Amino acid sequence: MSAIDTLSDLADQAKRELDANAGEVDRILHICNACRYCESFCAVFPAMTRRLDFNVADAHYLANLCHNCSACLYACQYAPPHEFGVNVPKTLAQVRRHTYIEYAFPKAFGELYRRNGLTIAMAVSLGVAAFLIATIMIRGSLFVHGLEGEFYAIFPHNMLAGVFGAASLFSVVALAIGVTRFWRQVSEPGKPVPLANAVGEATRSALTLRYLDGGHGDGCNNEDDAFTLWRRRFHHLTFYGFMLCFASTSVATLYHYIFGLEAPYRISSLPVVLGTFGGIGLLIGPAGLFWLNMRRNPLQIDERQKTMDRGFIALLFSISLTGLILLAWRDSSAMPLLLAVHLGFVMGLFMTLPYGKFAHGIFRCAALLKYSIEKRRPNPVQAGAD
Amino acid sequence: MVDVLIVGGGNAALCAALMAREAGASVLMLEASPKEWRGGNSQHTRNLRCMHDAPQDVLVEAYPEEEYWQDLLKVTGGETNEHLARLVIRASSNCRDWMRRHGVRFQPPLSGALHVARTNAFFMGGGKALVNAYYRSAEALGVKVRYNTPVTDVLLEGDRFVGVVTGSGERITAKACVLAAGGFESNREWLREAWGRNDRGEWPADNFLIRGTRFNQGVLLKCMMKAGADMIGDPSQGHCVAIDARAPLYDGGICTRIDCVSLGVVVNQEGCRFYDEGEDFWPKRYAIWGRLVAQQAGQIGYSIIDRKVIGRFMPPVFPGVIADSLPELATKLALPVETFMRTIDGYNAACRPGVFDHTVLDDCRTEGVVPAKTHWAQKIDTPPFYGYALRPGITFTYLSLKVDDTAAVRFADRPSPNLFVAGEMMAGNVLGKGYTAGVGMSIGTAFGRIAGTRAAAAAQAA
Repeated sequence: MSAIDTLSDLADQAKRELDANAGEVDRILHICNACRYCESFCAVFPAMTRRLDFNVADAHYLANLCHNCSACLYACQYAPPHEFGVNVPKTLAQVRRHTYIEYAFPKAFGELYRRNGLTIAMAVSLGVAAFLIATIMIRGSLFVHGLEGEFYAIFPHNMLAGVFGAASLFSVVALAIGVTRFWRQVSEPGKPVPLANAVGEATRSALTLRYLDGGHGDGCNNEDDAFTLWRRRFHHLTFYGFMLCFASTSVATLYHYIFGLEAPYRISSLPVVLGTFGGIGLLIGPAGLFWLNMRRNPLQIDERQKTMDRGFIALLFSISLTGLILLAWRDSSAMPLLLAVHLGFVMGLFMTLPYGKFAHGIFRCAALLKYSIEKRRPNPVQAGAD
Repeated sequence: MVDVLIVGGGNAALCAALMAREAGASVLMLEASPKEWRGGNSQHTRNLRCMHDAPQDVLVEAYPEEEYWQDLLKVTGGETNEHLARLVIRASSNCRDWMRRHGVRFQPPLSGALHVARTNAFFMGGGKALVNAYYRSAEALGVKVRYNTPVTDVLLEGDRFVGVVTGSGERITAKACVLAAGGFESNREWLREAWGRNDRGEWPADNFLIRGTRFNQGVLLKCMMKAGADMIGDPSQGHCVAIDARAPLYDGGICTRIDCVSLGVVVNQEGCRFYDEGEDFWPKRYAIWGRLVAQQAGQIGYSIIDRKVIGRFMPPVFPGVIADSLPELATKLALPVETFMRTIDGYNAACRPGVFDHTVLDDCRTEGVVPAKTHWAQKIDTPPFYGYALRPGITFTYLSLKVDDTAAVRFADRPSPNLFVAGEMMAGNVLGKGYTAGVGMSIGTAFGRIAGTRAAAAAQAA
């Protein structure tokens, strides 16, 4: 069987699964819509009350509006072992996995990555690192004394900027295509709303992780019906750690091109300070998320997404760890090796960005924005008045 | 020996356990169900009817004691006890800070529940979230909980509690005890006996569905009746509503409600209407429709609506039976087509013009048809037509142990020194008949807390 046939088989299988999962969303949300006890936990339930039936696009939208806090599972009088078997977080997680495949560009990549996220992320990273190491070795020795953190003596700046710029451009384009297709499918035209307010609210919700507070501020569920704020904290450390690292790179780029200041930068310089704090956040955050992920009640999650979750967690953690190690030993003879390994992981992240858990952030923000827009329109279902 | 034994595992039992533990007693709870089904009917509840003289967090405006009392007087038709009712009402005004301390969270009224925004405080996530919070708090405070432990007998020495016997034959003694194990609504044999046989030769209770837990078999009620405890209430009275006939036999809970009754007509098996569907807002009338349907042949009714009102009521959990014509709908519902059409035609002809508004008591009513429909009377003429079969859904029974304000179980009108009762097992002291949303939880919380405190004091005195 050719590779094309295999891929098209996989796509058919994914389509059948998606239809089954979206059907399950429709089934359980009919029960939820008649109950509504969970309305204050998050945005999923108020969004649900605007609909009487739930098609595949609705399933994608609601799935990405769910952050898997799972408060609704433990509160549910219809959760297993009840014969209705209502499990909102798991069902939406199953659809969410399809969102990442369905809207991936090119789709075949998403198909491959979702099957083995952790292995692929690690294989790409280590492959790139090995390639870089080989490049260094062809040109000389892996252990060089007296470079004093001169990264560009190993890889010329323009080569790094070119390769990583191209990879990130590809990621941005792929994600933009994906989220645009997602947006088109889940959004129907409606009455115009004050967009600035909607964007402001969605941004606040995203930046504060509003919906990981359980609606009451006690947090979300991890192992059982007790609430914890740790998931929110570790997610914050991860996200803001990532943003600080991103800021560090951006500042360094400005230094290089605008001010003509070349790396390495002093320990007290802005890029290094931002990168160090970001790196620490990106070490603790993913480690904490992994710890919680290990302990999460299997009832809450889609088991098959674990590889994707853990692949992303492992990548972020490895980038941060190798980055901080590189910083600590940048003046040593091991710098070329450490640099190659670090760049390998960074490249691994860039190349798998549109096909992994990172896409969660993009689709979730789109779902939050859609919610902020639609809630400003009159509810088409006027069942509420009695 | 443990100080206080709690028999039961729902809201009243948990309130009693927490109060007894806070008073310094060692506490053991015996819950008949496995852990995943814990909490009895409390897991299906959603709010607490609360007295308040001014707006309070999730509660708007005011709901003063007198108004609450009048509401209770009205729904019970006077079958209540003013002293105990007022005690419950006052307790509802100041129990919520205590509930919050034990992890219960409140939320603004749910969509579709604006009619109780003023009177009822909603639990965030509903009753199961409340039950979970109480169990977490109880276990953190050192209350011992045993699941899968039904009690089959209560051991007494005269009017003094000695211990219980569990389903496995184990004897557990304690210095004091609170019985909070629910009514007998899940015991279909007992329901059959309580409702008896009607003039048609039917056993109406055979067609009842139980909205809540399957574990309320009334074992403790029976024990105490046998032991000669003072009882109150009619065993056929209870909180009984009309629900979707396709609901599961147990634990269908809130979602099996059919909220379109007031927007259409309801016919019985013979195809005839039998009551004013538009008497008042459905949430104020659902509690009488259980009995109304129970009185019809076959204990079944059919709510009939047309396309015009779709999206104007809480969406039902199961899809309705749909037809493009009324005769077709009658056939699909196995109703006699001729009588059904005569009923609908008569009703349609009697609808007076008005401005339909399902959010107010509007002026759409009938003239010259019996029974009249006094609000939301619109012609049923726009296909597709929808039919929903209704059955009586029993929530809980009112047959109770008689109590005074100490929650003590009584024998020949004398209180037991160390045996107390709370929740459904004594709710009939306040609710002789009828129901109003959230009052069951008000009774359970008030008397659960009293019983727990009294039991702890009795254990310390022993």
